[in-house]
Amino acid sequence: MSTIVTTVLTISGITGLLALLLSVANKTIANYGEKKILINGSKELVVEGGDTLLSALIDQKVFIPSACGGKGSCGYCKVTVTQGGGEILATELGYVTPKEREEGVRLSCQCKVREDMQIQIPEELFSVKQYDYHVAFIKDLTPTIKHLRLELPEKEEIEFKAGQYVQILAPKYKGSDEEVYRAYSIASSPMDTKAVELYIGYVKEGKATTYVHNFLKEKMKLTVVGPYGDFFYQDSNREMVMVAIGTGMAPIMSILKYMRSNNIQRKVTFYFGARTAEDLFEMDTLEQLQKDLPNFKLVTCLSKPTEKCNWSGEVGRVTDMLQKYLTDASGAEAYLCGSPVMVDSVIPILKDKGMPEEHIYYDKFE
Amino acid sequence: MIEINPLVIFFASIFTNNMIMSNFLGMCSFIAVSSEIKTSLSLGQAVTFVLATTSVLNYLVYYLILVPLGLEYMRFIVFIIVIAAFVQLVEMIIERYFETLYYSLGIFLPLITVNCAILGVSLFMIIREYDLIQSFMFGLGSGIGWTLAIVAMAGIRKKITGAKIPKGLEGAGITLIITGIMALAFLGFSGIVQIQ
Repeated sequence: MSTIVTTVLTISGITGLLALLLSVANKTIANYGEKKILINGSKELVVEGGDTLLSALIDQKVFIPSACGGKGSCGYCKVTVTQGGGEILATELGYVTPKEREEGVRLSCQCKVREDMQIQIPEELFSVKQYDYHVAFIKDLTPTIKHLRLELPEKEEIEFKAGQYVQILAPKYKGSDEEVYRAYSIASSPMDTKAVELYIGYVKEGKATTYVHNFLKEKMKLTVVGPYGDFFYQDSNREMVMVAIGTGMAPIMSILKYMRSNNIQRKVTFYFGARTAEDLFEMDTLEQLQKDLPNFKLVTCLSKPTEKCNWSGEVGRVTDMLQKYLTDASGAEAYLCGSPVMVDSVIPILKDKGMPEEHIYYDKFE
Repeated sequence: MIEINPLVIFFASIFTNNMIMSNFLGMCSFIAVSSEIKTSLSLGQAVTFVLATTSVLNYLVYYLILVPLGLEYMRFIVFIIVIAAFVQLVEMIIERYFETLYYSLGIFLPLITVNCAILGVSLFMIIREYDLIQSFMFGLGSGIGWTLAIVAMAGIRKKITGAKIPKGLEGAGITLIITGIMALAFLGFSGIVQIQ
């Protein structure tokens, strides 16, 4: 009996001693105290040291975009560190180009706050906010695309530019054991500050899309962070060429609604491509927009119409439509939205037609 | 105590009794981290440091605490706890005070907390009845041997990037096969020195 007691006591003693040692170390060695982060030379935050820069900033309600949640696997959470932060880590090298490295770009989820730091972030990130929205409706637009309307909590508002995107947080569910953030462009008008509307296409084995398509129901809560993005409506008098396929219509829709609300009469042509008639959606809304905006013209094309489609409109891809209808683009600007393949094949055509590269704005959906 | 020159143990644990090549211990990080020479060298350094220090620590714990109390059979759990706590402590210290070291070596420390080569060294030195100096040399040598093996592997993997490897063998598969061939090559050392 006494041997059992000695054994238990000895082992507990050793473990306890080590635990004591470690907790003392944690209080002394790993305690960095309060550190200051100066953002863009103007805004100063006081944070608890020792944490990663990303979580320190999120604690202070500065939302740096991050799709992987701080695991160092998406490369979105880049910030420019001008002072402090130590050397770049091996885990960051895959995401930071040599040129960015020279400028001090770091992944904020890897860089730790061990000393006072100075960082540079895009000014618009200050308007990024995170709220639990509630789902006002989910509708089927096509068999694979859902239309969501997410409303903000009472008394809160979202300010965004037409064309920007938000990230939704898909929680854990049966079949997905991690929370993931995924980006979706806002389809509603920026004038509607009480809600955002999204078009969410189903992606096979996509964690967020599966959640939205199979688990999310009306009246449920959904965490949304945003707005983000440098793709948005540009104030100018140039003619506008818009090209989108599938859910890429979302930011274009937002821009068109914005133009309608503000009575902007610029000449606009929107080339929208889908596979079959079944994949077309929001056609009535676009019809209405054509009536409300006299200078707005819609070109819809199907790449693979079947007998069933009974389609008498344009057949081909958006690139074919551009070749057919767009003549001189030198004085125009373009908004492209959709798969990277589409965007990459449209840009050379626009350049061929004389559009300067700096007037081509695009958002690649990856 | 066993009568072997500590230097013999040192060289034997690098070549003839290499932790990876003759005992197949520490394989997980060996396979996972051997894709680049620079990182494998850093990991090797971390392993060597932890091996050399924990072998001494565990030696003291074993002969000063466990043996007098007749608790030798508890050595597994005690060794594991000592190694884990020590690694944790070292990580905190270098993260705070040795910044450059932390970036080259510190981030690998959590990875080796449960490296079986480290527990293996502590257990072997007890079974083989080494004294303190011998244990230290054994730990240090095993670490250097482990580093040698992983750096060599990283070099070979660098050479075969772009080689046509059957799809099913890419990555870990081909690494395991190379490990087997390397182990055969290490067998060639067996005539030089010999410990148990």
